[in-house]
Amino acid sequence: MPGKLKAKIVAGRHLPVMDRASDLTDAFVEVKFGNTTFKTDVFPKSLNPQWNSEWFKFEVDDEDLQDEPLQVTVLDHDTYSANDAIGKVYIDIDPLLCTEAASVISGWFPIYDTIHGIRGEINVLVKVELFNDLNRFRQSSCGVKFFCTTSIPRCYRAAMVHGFVEELVVNEDPEYQWIDRIRTPRASNEARQRLISLMSGELQRKIGLKVLEMGGNAVVGYLQCFDLEGESGLVVRAIGTACTLDKLSSGSAPNTNTHTHPNTAPASNACNSPSKDGKEPVFGEDLLSSSGPPTPFRALPTSSSSPPPPFSPSKPCSRQSSSSDTDLSLTPKTGMGSGGSVGKEAGPLKTLLRQQTQTALEQRGASSSGLLINTGEFPFFTLTSFPPGFLVHVGGVVSARSVKLLDRIHNPALGNTRSYKLLDWNSVTADEPETRDAWWEEIRQEIKSHAKALGCHAVVGYSESTSICEEVCILSASGTASILNPRFMREGCLDIGIADHRFEEPSPPSCGFCHIPYDELNMPFPAQLTYCYHCRRQKVPDVLFTTIDLPSEASVTGKGCLIQARLCRLKKKAQGEVNATAISNMLPFMEYELHTQLMNKLKLRSMNALFGLHIQISVGENMLLGLASATGVYLTALPAPGGIQIAGKTPGDLSNDHISTIQKRINDTIAKNKELYQINPPELNEELVGSPIPEPRHRSRLFRSHSESSDEVSELDLSHGKKDAFVLEIDDTDAVEDIHSLLIDAPPPSGFYSCNTEVMPGINTWTSGVQMFTSVRVFRLSNANLTNQGLNKIFTDLCENLLKSFYFKLRSMIPCCLCHLNFTVAVPEDELIQVAVTAVAMTFDKDQTQEKPAEKPITKGSGDTEEQLQFSMELCADSSLANSQPPSKISGVPESSNISSRAASVDYGSFADRCSTWLELLRLKAHTIRRGSVKTISSLERSSPLPDGRSRSLRSTRSFGGTSVTVVKMTPLSFLPGTRIIKYLGIINMFFIRETTSLREEGGVSGFLHSFIAEVFAMVRAHVAALGGNAVVSYSMKECVFMENPNKNQAQCLINVSGDAVICVRESDPEATPSMTNSAQSCSSETDTAT
Amino acid sequence: MAVELDVFVGNTTIMDEEVYKLWLDGYTVNDAVKVRMEGGVMEECEASADVLLSDTMDQYRTFQMCERLLHSPAKLANQLLFQITPHRQAVLIERYYAFDDAFVREVLGKKLSKGTKKDLDDISAKTSVTLKSCRRQFDNFKRVFKVVEELKGPLVENIRQHFLLSDKLGRDYAAIVFFANNRFETGKRKLQYLTFQDFAFCAGQLINNWTVGAVDHMVEDMDVDLDKEFLQELKELKILITDKDLLDQHKSLVCTALRGKTKAFNEMEANFKNLSRGLVNIAAKLTNTKDVRDFFIDLVEKFIEPCRSDRWTAADMRLYLTHYTNSAHILDTFKHQVVWDRYMGVIKSCIFKMYHD
Repeated sequence: MPGKLKAKIVAGRHLPVMDRASDLTDAFVEVKFGNTTFKTDVFPKSLNPQWNSEWFKFEVDDEDLQDEPLQVTVLDHDTYSANDAIGKVYIDIDPLLCTEAASVISGWFPIYDTIHGIRGEINVLVKVELFNDLNRFRQSSCGVKFFCTTSIPRCYRAAMVHGFVEELVVNEDPEYQWIDRIRTPRASNEARQRLISLMSGELQRKIGLKVLEMGGNAVVGYLQCFDLEGESGLVVRAIGTACTLDKLSSGSAPNTNTHTHPNTAPASNACNSPSKDGKEPVFGEDLLSSSGPPTPFRALPTSSSSPPPPFSPSKPCSRQSSSSDTDLSLTPKTGMGSGGSVGKEAGPLKTLLRQQTQTALEQRGASSSGLLINTGEFPFFTLTSFPPGFLVHVGGVVSARSVKLLDRIHNPALGNTRSYKLLDWNSVTADEPETRDAWWEEIRQEIKSHAKALGCHAVVGYSESTSICEEVCILSASGTASILNPRFMREGCLDIGIADHRFEEPSPPSCGFCHIPYDELNMPFPAQLTYCYHCRRQKVPDVLFTTIDLPSEASVTGKGCLIQARLCRLKKKAQGEVNATAISNMLPFMEYELHTQLMNKLKLRSMNALFGLHIQISVGENMLLGLASATGVYLTALPAPGGIQIAGKTPGDLSNDHISTIQKRINDTIAKNKELYQINPPELNEELVGSPIPEPRHRSRLFRSHSESSDEVSELDLSHGKKDAFVLEIDDTDAVEDIHSLLIDAPPPSGFYSCNTEVMPGINTWTSGVQMFTSVRVFRLSNANLTNQGLNKIFTDLCENLLKSFYFKLRSMIPCCLCHLNFTVAVPEDELIQVAVTAVAMTFDKDQTQEKPAEKPITKGSGDTEEQLQFSMELCADSSLANSQPPSKISGVPESSNISSRAASVDYGSFADRCSTWLELLRLKAHTIRRGSVKTISSLERSSPLPDGRSRSLRSTRSFGGTSVTVVKMTPLSFLPGTRIIKYLGIINMFFIRETTSLREEGGVSGFLHSFIAEVFAMVRAHVAALGGNAVVSYSMKECVFMENPNKNQAQCLINVSGDAVICVRESDPEATPSMTNSAQSCSSETDTAT
Repeated sequence: MAVELDVFVGNTTIMDEEVYKLWLDGYTVNDAVKVRMEGGVMEECEASADVLLSDTMDQYRTFQMCERLLHSPAKLANQLLFQITPHRQAVLIERYYAFDDAFVREVLGKKLSKGTKKDLDDISAKTSVTLKSCRRQFDNFKRVFKVVEELKGPLVENIRQHFLLSDKLGRDYAAIVFFANNRFETGKRKLQYLTFQDFAFCAGQLINNWTVGAVDHMVEDMDVDLDKEFLQELKELKILITDKDLLDQHKSLVCTALRGKTKAFNEMEANFKNLSRGLVNIAAKLTNTKDVRDFFIDLVEKFIEPCRSDRWTAADMRLYLTHYTNSAHILDTFKHQVVWDRYMGVIKSCIFKMYHD
């Protein structure tokens, strides 16, 4: 009985009119947690009710605290008929469970209804008191911090990186339950929202348990996804990287991240021969890249022959038994409503979840006794950027895909007939998590073996995704094979045996990661190796593809740019296995073509490396869509890419004139791009060093982007490396069109840059203008008999036009860069293509960026200098605080309130450590009133209930009166330029459904989705503000499922978003942020510190 | 083949002021795109017509969603749906409540009723302000009127506080409300030369000096209704024209003061009695609601037109009215100095404002 949850309903505002006669509303509120419900009094006849309720107290397990959301329902009292629901607020309690995160949730929340959208706001206060030492309760994992950020969070240092954690839970989708036929859409949507909220809570708790077991205290790069499998159910799965994080506190702050200087990173040994027979091609597309006759079916894990997963597939035999590593019994809690059989409604749902919990625990028990096979199994890391020295070498991208047929979760009979390549598992079809686990297990095994083939012991920048159409599901995983510095790892985490490099001469940090990790003499694929252009000592490949961010220490020439490969392939409509086979036959060809497109576009921009590569393949009824996005850069350490040459193979149909025109266009484009991206590599190096570089400038082949027979490909391969020439042969019109399509990609208009990584390589003078946005476009193909070419054109235009729209809309921010452009494609219906994009536009100081390359063409990665700056500032902040208690620069907040608030928070769990660090002190100052409100402001609330007392200090200055709203910035990046994150408040993970039966009245599909996305933003902001935060970092929209039925005037949309709620303050150094004033929105705490 | 759905949502709501203006002016999306293309935005960012259309649609949708909030601007500041900077909020509100002078002249002093709303298409045709924009402006007038109608306290302040408008716009709305409430006639042909700003100035004078609020600060409708007692007292001024001695004395005082100072002296002397009768009669009749409505037309007919036909300059007018007002103080038998000042103060400034071509 470790926790007491307390909630207080303060007031409402802007409520909708529920009583037509009086134009008013008689509102009251139900507060529900688990199975306990409290109600406020009815506040009659008001649209701005003041309930000022007592504290509602729930005494609950901390396990429940982790799983369940607090549910606040606002209703309109009706004497004669049933009370009408106005809307709901789900509040995730999780941030309150971690002593270092938020301590109270207090603020205005939008009241949300799945049919009507936002209907007014409600002011709620929530607190949690945890009673016992958390570690004794292994069912819960309170205290484990979660971060969406895929790097070590800014105010922490990684003491240890433990490795990969994953978990998934499965349930029936309420939308497909029989009861859905008789309940209202609202009830069905709410059931779904609630279920998903429960499932993600549970998932997070289970992952947390795994982390605790590994000895960690945090999950970084937490990626949670939903698979809406329709009839066969709902899967919520998550992956992440378990770490032990230390909060940067006084004393340790300045030297933490630098204690392993990159210079000491061990270099790879060229003579080291990986025992793996190198059969995997580079750049990981693992399928058909340049190497010999590829086997297109390698993408499919041959699961029938693959080794069984290490854990035992045995079903839990008794629900009461406790697992090996816990002494807490799993007895269902009071009021759990254990409804006999599995798979009906609310009660049984809970039992089902519980059953799964146990299964997982048992597995864990087994694995922990088995010398950590499971945890050590996959040396995967979801991080994309690393502390200096962490990343030693990068091999290339590894990816794996698998096509599966979905089964009905609770219907083994059906499963038998439908199961695909999973015959071994038929006996356990009813036990779905294991089936899904096995699927992912296969894929991860494959990734792991690909990495080994590249001579690497780890995979970084790892991610997993699915695409589902009807009963077919494509599972994908990708990452970057690499060698990591073992000193950061826990022992046994990595299989370092093969990669135990002799610590030779240290390679410079700016190029070390480019050096090949594999054996030169026994290369896993044919590649052009040269000596590193930077240090001249180690070999580097001619091109490098990765899924990670550009390492901050890497040296880059010029600027980077977004490179996309787009592909559409028609496919016949089919059912079941035929369909799955057809799709899996197409996948390798698609990957191959995407890869060649990427390669050609890279050459066209005169660049030699791709970062943040993300390839998405989406399946529809009658087509497959492939979209590869990456940020191209010119790595100084790698050789300059050769040009592209064209020649006609069959002179019959194409004149030489034509070819030379195309060639000229290509050459012109390359020249133009070089200028545009300021790529002017120092060519003098070659003579200077005079090292034996074999043929440094060689021309690359232009891959024919066209499905050809494999022997032709291999023939081309033979020519590779020997000839200083082109390889494009124009022998048919397709090839011509392919080249044309290469040239279609318009560069961004002047003043704009774009990339899909965290920041743009070559720009490091960010100013504070930030605009995060989400854009969705759906294109309807009306032409029934489209060709692949035609489709490609449409798809390419769709993406290009979207980019053009962004540039136009954001033109007022010039000079600016679109960062973290994240495209998601889907085929929601037969003739529809949906593209959703989330990105952030950031302004930068143009003068400085233009100056720098002129002075020295080699600019360092952006993050580097910034970080150093930050540390030094922290250092001085430390000392000033240690010496003189109240630092003068933040003395804007009255001292008295500061003291009172501290006194008020005495009864909080761990007060002592909370105030120990200067960061905390700073935070207290920024949020004194917020803290104070919990204990002391209650009388104040009564007198002036509208302005929520706590946000007063956070509020930005307004030009006119009335209550105002905390400005909350959002960004998909892990930082906000010009600011410093001083506290992480917890993870934001929200799932919303919106439905309408009056589509036309709401402005059609666009109007409907526009307001829904705006509402989602509003709800995210409100939750962050209520936690006391002023920004969301690492924000992402992971799911946007849109369905419409215009004939019925209906539409439905599901959105899942996540991110990290943070408090950030303006960097105190005025020189670091020269043009703060041009920011559209002023960060509220900035104004605080400024005053 | 078509884009079926196309949305762009920023965390900070993106609003283009140019498009906002087009939207307020009632342009359709397609017309707005045309205007923007002609304006040359396309070159700015290598945009195509499609991009422009998509952007315009997005913006229009955003404005439509905001419109509900703009109806009660106070909500805009504490709503959560759109994150809009305070400065931008102020601009949005100010522009939304801005109106066309041509339009407001047509409805000034008219009852803000459904009847008038039906005539909006005629007004639209006449003023070449789009019907959509006419409707918005009319609804704004009506909304402001309804809200402040029953509030205590100063009119301008109430409007500013409830609608978060600038001082200037607040005053204009006060004028509109004041005119609508008192139903001043402004549409007659003879009044056509007067601009809205002329009337707004006069309304300000009337509100500050002749309403109940000029005396008592805490009554309902204090700034909307004229001070009945004062209007009653104005009848007493009649003595200036009914008492022959007084009239002559007044005239000689004024003429003495004016002699040699203006070219129009002869006309002034000749017309003194007529003009004085005109002004005092207006004062005496103001107890009748009907005559209140005709206040401005009377001023023009009884005073401004005769002067103009005698080619008085604005300076002549100033000179004459100043002395006309001040001389009354010297008349020993004239006992109504306070009322006279309260009356003439307003009349003077109104006529100064209205005396132009």
